Amino acid sequence: MSRFGNIGHRLYQGEISFDFVGRRKLWYSISGVIVLVAAIGLAMGLHLGIEFKGGSVYTVNKPGLSVSQAQDAANKITHDSTALVQKTDKGDVRIQVSSASEVDAETFTEQLAKDLGVPQNEVNAQVIGPSWGHEISQKALLGLVIFMVLVTIYLAVAFEWRMALAALVALIHDLLITIGVYALVGFEVTPGTVIGFLTILGYSLYDTVVVFDTVKENTRGIAKQNKRTYSEAANLGLNQTLVRSINTTVVALLPVAALLFIGGGLLGAGTLNDISLALFIGLAAGAYSSICVATPLLAQLKEATPEMKDLAKRVALRRAADAKAAAEQAGDTRAEDGEQDGDVPAGMVGQRNQPVGRARGKGRPSGKH
Amino acid sequence: MATPKSRPRDGYPGRALALILVATVGLVALMFGTGHKTPRLGIDLAGGTSITLTATSKDPAAINKASMDLAVGIIQQRVNGMGVSEAEVQTQGDKNIIVNIPDGGDQQTAIKQVGDTAKLYFRPVLTYAPSGQPTADPSASPSTAPSGSAAPSGAATPSPAASGAAATGATPSASASASKAGRAVSGALQADPTASASAPAASPSAAASPTAPVDPATPPADPAVAALQQQFAALDCSDAKQRQALNNNQADPTKPTVACSFKDEESGVKGQKVWNKFVLGPVALNGGDVAKASAGFDTQQAAGWQVQLSFTDAGSKAFAAVTGQLATQQSPANQFAIVLDGKVVSHPYVSQSITGGNAVISGNFGQEEAKGLANVLSFGALPLDFTKSDVTTVSPQLGGEQLKAGLIAGLIGMVLVVIYSLVYYRGLGLVSIAGLMVSAALTYAIMSLLGAGIGFALNLPAVCGAIVAIGITADSFIVYFERIRDEVREGAPLRPAVQRAWPRARRTILVSDFVSFLCAAVLYLVSVGKVQGFAFTLGLTTLLDVVVIFLFTKPLITLLARTKFFSSGHKWSGLDPKRLGARPPIRSSRRRGPAPSAPKEA
Repeated sequence: MSRFGNIGHRLYQGEISFDFVGRRKLWYSISGVIVLVAAIGLAMGLHLGIEFKGGSVYTVNKPGLSVSQAQDAANKITHDSTALVQKTDKGDVRIQVSSASEVDAETFTEQLAKDLGVPQNEVNAQVIGPSWGHEISQKALLGLVIFMVLVTIYLAVAFEWRMALAALVALIHDLLITIGVYALVGFEVTPGTVIGFLTILGYSLYDTVVVFDTVKENTRGIAKQNKRTYSEAANLGLNQTLVRSINTTVVALLPVAALLFIGGGLLGAGTLNDISLALFIGLAAGAYSSICVATPLLAQLKEATPEMKDLAKRVALRRAADAKAAAEQAGDTRAEDGEQDGDVPAGMVGQRNQPVGRARGKGRPSGKH
Repeated sequence: MATPKSRPRDGYPGRALALILVATVGLVALMFGTGHKTPRLGIDLAGGTSITLTATSKDPAAINKASMDLAVGIIQQRVNGMGVSEAEVQTQGDKNIIVNIPDGGDQQTAIKQVGDTAKLYFRPVLTYAPSGQPTADPSASPSTAPSGSAAPSGAATPSPAASGAAATGATPSASASASKAGRAVSGALQADPTASASAPAASPSAAASPTAPVDPATPPADPAVAALQQQFAALDCSDAKQRQALNNNQADPTKPTVACSFKDEESGVKGQKVWNKFVLGPVALNGGDVAKASAGFDTQQAAGWQVQLSFTDAGSKAFAAVTGQLATQQSPANQFAIVLDGKVVSHPYVSQSITGGNAVISGNFGQEEAKGLANVLSFGALPLDFTKSDVTTVSPQLGGEQLKAGLIAGLIGMVLVVIYSLVYYRGLGLVSIAGLMVSAALTYAIMSLLGAGIGFALNLPAVCGAIVAIGITADSFIVYFERIRDEVREGAPLRPAVQRAWPRARRTILVSDFVSFLCAAVLYLVSVGKVQGFAFTLGLTTLLDVVVIFLFTKPLITLLARTKFFSSGHKWSGLDPKRLGARPPIRSSRRRGPAPSAPKEA
């Protein structure tokens, strides 16, 4: 535990630092591959629940009732064998009948109760029109679009448009990954799943917002100095919030995991499971994307501005000058270090180039204008 | 930092704490005081049937708020009429109506009935009679024109035809034809043993209703007619159960039927009210033929309130034809009934063919009545049909188990979060536990009160939302704690650290909570069905998160920072400077590299 706490401290001080921003090509490729796979999965099609196809689901709770018994009963009522009969973890038997079968719910419930010898009110029925799932999804999609527009405007005002754009890309990335996982693994998509997807919106952005907030703080007045580039400052912000990001993600995942494994496990498939499964995948993706996609993308966008290009140049110049000065003082080995500076994360610069502190006075006049 | 100089550096944490504690205790007390100790459970948890009706229409403009509200009112009336207590009917989104029927009522009937569109029909009146008031005075004076109910008798039998309540059926009428009107009416006669002989039926008019598809040659012994007679005879409209049974047994529009009036009407006797029962002919027009209806005051003749109707093109023609027919009839067959959901809302008489597509229904309307009728007609005019998008029947047993599983999951999630924060934040972890508990108490109390106040019902997705919210609430603590620890790492003593960390943590928390709330609000406004319950809980808990962090967590930490345990950085406080690797002031010069100095620039 103390070691972990220690890591937090060392991350904060920049003693250890993970170069997230610098390795953006790596993250982009990883994300690219995941998104590509997700897209393939999507192309293969989602496994839509009965809410999207229409039909009815009957749940019978009777100890000792076997699947084949229920299947027989269902076949007898529908006069075909298309009914899908499953046993849930809890011992209930679920019978799904597609809307193609002409038997209405009351008749089916009545018949089923009679054939299986259970009271009629022990049979739970859900009848869904074929358009219901689409209605929910359509509304959800509409909500998604409205939310994205509003939140982009908000982030653009509260932060800046580049941050809004980066956050949006990360958000879409998370959604794609989550939906892709569903498509690939073949989990059933239900309205519950849609709810899960929608919650990812809030969470994914929540994470990103926490990181961006620190990045914004770290980069305030960054053009006035020449010690570090925007990317480095962003990376430092990331590292400083890393513990926080991990903690918030862990804390967010714990209840969801409880919901998924305990709630779902006790009940078998159901709304609880649908929501928590989508959330679980989405939260994990959200944590990853806020660190490895949103911030590197933001840094990339920022570095493209003339101001930051200018800064990067000045930082490079200064480092070269520092390195030269250091080399003159300490010998050849230092010079090599100086050349590598560009690739070394901000934190490392501070640690390794102790002489920088002494060279401060020299550097400043050239850096400030 | 931003603290005004006029007050203590760390404010008055006691006040805020007292405020939220009073609020929490107050809410909980209110909860117990009003007796709403548990949140109202949704149908999916309490057991029952939830029916989602989606309006469909060829004309999208017909699905508007006004027509949806009307539909809700009518469905509500219908469901409650079925004897289901506490059924809940509400619109959701632009074109959905949710009907929640708790366990106990006749759910099967409800499912069958509730989705049927409230249908408005115009049917010719074949006969009618008061019902359920055998003591009605037969010598009543006519107070309203159509209330006289002489019945044309069938099969040329000159039977006496005035009904009990209204001997005013002053016009002697009889139908010489063996039309179905006559046959139907013989039922009416049987139902009215009190009929006076003073009004022999003698109307010569043939075919009472040309639209009647019934074979005129059928002898009165026709089982269908006999059944109708029997039905009419047996019908007692003052019995609510019977009225419902009629309603449930929606008539075939092409066949004659029996019906009750919508509510008890003025009888012949002044001030006395009776239910009327009717034998009605096949549907002549339906609500779709009405283009517009409005209530207005008849200023020209000062005849009181009336309802103006305008028909569609097809409706005008049909109406002209029907009224032309009806006008030739004797009372009461010169009336047409406006039938809503199998009940006669109004039965004005017709004196001449009404052409031109406009009609006025007058009668002894009050303003309310006229407006109500206009509403009904307007609604009927909307071709709104409802399809059952989703019908869920859940036995309380299964619902209860889902709730139990959800609660267990929530509890375990909470325990895991508590363990995690205790292990990681130690003393501060206790603060987060207290915060979670305040948050949980507030959420529970507000949900319970909202259940009574605005009918908020906790459904399974809402439970999920609440569980997910544990994470959101804990997130805010973490943001603040990490900020404090950052300050301690910078070498600040605890009390200033707590104050300096706050503005930055506050901004982060507000921004991220705003994003969460925005998400919940948009979802709540746009979405339908299960999504809405989830969004509501999420929004509520996000708001509470802000309240708790501002009024509870921050003041509590401020107070704790004054204690020795925390300010000295006890190793169990979670703020041990050594463990956090704070830079002791002496070593700061060595430590202060460019990197760590960054936050200070902020």
